[in-house]
Amino acid sequence: MRVWFIVLMLAFSTLGVQAKEAAPLAQDEAVEKRLVDISSELRCLVCQNESLSGSRAELAYDLRREIRSMIKDGKSDKEIMGFMVDRYGDFVRYRPPLKGSTLLLWFGPGLFMVGGLSALVLYLRRRNKAIEDAPLSDEEQGEADRLLTSKDSFQ
Amino acid sequence: MNRFLWPLIGFVVLVVLLAIGLKLDPSDVPSPLIGKPAPAFSLARVDAPEQSFSPQDMQGKVWLLNVWSTWCVSCRQEHPVLVEMAKNKAITLVGLNYKEVRGDGDIDADKITPDAERTLALQRSNAWFKQHGNPYSLSVLDLDGRVGIDYGVYGVPETYVIDKGGVIRFKQTGPMTPDVFSGKILPLVAELSK
Repeated sequence: MRVWFIVLMLAFSTLGVQAKEAAPLAQDEAVEKRLVDISSELRCLVCQNESLSGSRAELAYDLRREIRSMIKDGKSDKEIMGFMVDRYGDFVRYRPPLKGSTLLLWFGPGLFMVGGLSALVLYLRRRNKAIEDAPLSDEEQGEADRLLTSKDSFQ
Repeated sequence: MNRFLWPLIGFVVLVVLLAIGLKLDPSDVPSPLIGKPAPAFSLARVDAPEQSFSPQDMQGKVWLLNVWSTWCVSCRQEHPVLVEMAKNKAITLVGLNYKEVRGDGDIDADKITPDAERTLALQRSNAWFKQHGNPYSLSVLDLDGRVGIDYGVYGVPETYVIDKGGVIRFKQTGPMTPDVFSGKILPLVAELSK
């Protein structure tokens, strides 16, 4: 009885699943290869942490179709990138170009590291100086020697 | 004193940065199309499918292009705002119906003919206007979303302000709100109409 119930449940569980039919298989493997190469470099704008090559968003399907037809038209990678950037901006590229507005993006982390390291070096130097500048007085030296030599002090 | 002051300043700076970060909307990507001519197209009108509309027809006018569709939930939310906006005489609103049939996840567009798709899109659009009102001077059908790609549409609804020379001056991604309308759109349209 129970088994039948489970079997029935499993049988009906697929009813709600709607799979998009597979896109017609690519006639040309080279085109598909280039499509994957190009679209891996592009961000899907609907689900921003996914690349255009892996995304299942509606817009991603449309854009891949667009890129595929551009490849078939013999467009270069640069032209295809240009097409995308013209419409969606540099944000669409995972590796934005180096220019005025992206300087901070490219060199910001390096600047932070240089800043942090110089602050650390500065701090350590200043501390070293502070220690050198305060030698022990004779009285303190005597006390230190006494503590170091006396064995009772550990008890 | 100094010992505690600097960490405190650092902490405050961090809090301010994080607070700003929280206010930013990562889905609001600045459009590279601002300041560029509105991409040309020629699409069939919803009210008169045998006629087509192209942005050149609006040369010399300041107008708004609103991307919408009946399956889009946020469009339902923004629609009353558009209807209210359209009452303002300064506003000319053109609708770009984006993938009315293909965009609807419930319909398998591969299985219907182009003619049937067009008919269905017209039916659905007109039913929508009947039910919710029509704020558009006219609306056009972008059945395959190709024009949407030229306009960099990635999240319906979106609204563009286009000036007399056909240049895009402003883009609102996501639903139009009364605040954005009175605070940004209306002053901009008034300035561009001078």
